[in-house]
Amino acid sequence: MIYRIMLFLLWAFVWLLLSWPPNAAKIVTAMIVSIFVSLLTADILTSRKGTAPKKSFIDICARISWFFWYVVVFLWECLKANIDVAYRVLHPDLPIRPGTVKIKTNLKSDIALTFLANSLTLTPGRTTIDIDKERGFIYIHKLYIRKETAVGKVDAVEKFENILGKIFE
Amino acid sequence: MNETIGGIIIIIGVIFDFFGCIGLIRFPDVYNRLQASAKCVTLGTSGILFGLFIYKGFTATGIKALLCLVFIILTAPVSAHVLARGAYRSGVKPWDGSVSDDYEKDMKNIK
Repeated sequence: MIYRIMLFLLWAFVWLLLSWPPNAAKIVTAMIVSIFVSLLTADILTSRKGTAPKKSFIDICARISWFFWYVVVFLWECLKANIDVAYRVLHPDLPIRPGTVKIKTNLKSDIALTFLANSLTLTPGRTTIDIDKERGFIYIHKLYIRKETAVGKVDAVEKFENILGKIFE
Repeated sequence: MNETIGGIIIIIGVIFDFFGCIGLIRFPDVYNRLQASAKCVTLGTSGILFGLFIYKGFTATGIKALLCLVFIILTAPVSAHVLARGAYRSGVKPWDGSVSDDYEKDMKNIK
């Protein structure tokens, strides 16, 4: 139930942003529309297991502050990635050694894996190709492979793994 | 003042978009090209939208630009991943100069 109320608030917020600036009539419209939309999308967007695990207030605050730290780290890595690609694109010799590698990951939950794969795509020289959830491998395409290593961890992967593990698990 | 800062951010975004387009032409195969387009075009377009938000402030246009920025950051990596996976599964070979190919060996085992 708490998830449905949060979903309702989220949709109302998005509707208000789309019809900025708000007034009384727009707020009433937003509430009516988001009641219907949250009823329709609740089954898709919330977990089917029903009950949420009990977490203390301090725990949730810690998770939210780790999320803000994740956003900072992510934006910094994204900027580095773009400068890296710009350097490789503009260099006359095109310094790339591409290939696919597999990386071991310790994350288990769906949402943490999704965040990890998406943030790896936007960090320097990597694109996620596939995830093997049962064995815990992520297959990535790298723009520049330094050494021939079969199963190895990359530092940025570990950094994101630590932060995402603290947020979602 | 806001108009100057917004204009500078929009110009930086356009420059990154331009680098992404050069990468799309110069890189040798699908996967490398996806790298260039996914990264540079995401940050470039986000830069243009954020510059528009700084330029316009909290008006109808600026708020819509912010919403579009969030949606682009959420969806661009997913589309790059799906394109790369689809290309690999339908048999597009990587470039000859690739140094390793772990995914091809394990592809059959993954559902």
